Amino acid sequence: MAEMDTSGGGGKHKKGPGVKKGKKLSTRVDLTPMVDLGFLLITFFIFTTTMSKPTAYKLNLPADTKDPNQQNKLNEKSALTILLGKDNNVFYYEGELAPNGTNFKSSNFKDIRDVILQKKANTDTTFMVIVKPNDESNYKNFVDIMDEMKINMVSRYALVDITPIEDQLVRVSEGEPATAAPGAAPGKK
Amino acid sequence: MARPKIPRKSTTVDMTAMCDVAFLLLSFFILTTKPKPSEAVPIQTPTSVAAKIAPEKDLVMISLNKDGKAFLSTGDDQADKDAKQQIIETVNTNKGLGLSPEEIARLKAQPFIGSSLAQLKQQARMSSDQITGQILPGIPVKDTANNEMTDWMRAVAQVYAGRKPNILLKGDNQAQFPQFKNIVTALKKNDLLKFQMVTNPEAIPAGSTLFQAIKNGDLKAAE
Repeated sequence: MAEMDTSGGGGKHKKGPGVKKGKKLSTRVDLTPMVDLGFLLITFFIFTTTMSKPTAYKLNLPADTKDPNQQNKLNEKSALTILLGKDNNVFYYEGELAPNGTNFKSSNFKDIRDVILQKKANTDTTFMVIVKPNDESNYKNFVDIMDEMKINMVSRYALVDITPIEDQLVRVSEGEPATAAPGAAPGKK
Repeated sequence: MARPKIPRKSTTVDMTAMCDVAFLLLSFFILTTKPKPSEAVPIQTPTSVAAKIAPEKDLVMISLNKDGKAFLSTGDDQADKDAKQQIIETVNTNKGLGLSPEEIARLKAQPFIGSSLAQLKQQARMSSDQITGQILPGIPVKDTANNEMTDWMRAVAQVYAGRKPNILLKGDNQAQFPQFKNIVTALKKNDLLKFQMVTNPEAIPAGSTLFQAIKNGDLKAAE
């Protein structure tokens, strides 16, 4: 690889005998390692740069209607209610909440996708997901569950305030004593 | 017959040109990448599969950090800065805060608004290095009774009357849900029913319904 020009600038007239030929060193340097370095740096910078254009998740809110006749009536059988608790806990129930809470099931963010898909496959077009985060859930949980709606292409979903009964069920399932006062939970509007 | 003597040629290629190209590319990439601007309010946004790039015009951004403090800011261009001034002026008149034009100008120059209405005068006096998420108390959104975001959103709705502001909600992963809900309530009360949540892009899980839809050519599905 390395190239060293030792020809000594040929084409010059020969010096006489006895005259010592001054060794002319070429000024050319082998640039191969430098090219290597250049491309190495390029690859390094390209791989370490993260594209940080933030994306935006659109959310359209429905206007609040005071008139109960204008509110959307929900087919209770085709609803799936997802409740979010603290520490990324997810709970859900299908249809209406049984008075004794038997259809109240625990899940997590991995399994909830299958639950949604199964329910979606089993119900007609009136399928709707109701999301009820409680006061201890965080913003990430909410965005994650909204994302889940997008991933599973659920077209009808709603964000509803959690009821005290549901809030208590969530808290009990999370291991809090059952006496936890539901007073902190916001009532229905 | 003697074979003609083929002169032996060196296989070395002059690398100068390639070296030039390599470093030209390197300098191009380095100069064109914009470093992430340092933020006074550090926020870790959640990830989502949404593919729409966050807008940058007519921006009204509500930031919610992990301590539950809310901040209000607008975009960087001149029109947005003027809108910010109008928003502050509108709040000033609506709530009778008695801010002087100088104070309004100072608030406009600051990157975001992060105090309760009563403390706005104080914020106007702060120097720019004090304007951080730690020092400022944030716009009160913690309880429903004292939700000052409603006042700000009313001003936004008035300033942007007839036009549509791009309301962006930038929340931290750890932000608590009640604060988020109060912000949403503030938006709802002022009929600002469309807003967008800032997220980091995330890969669509393979095999999911959305994945299939996009594979089948429905490119708008993720928006």
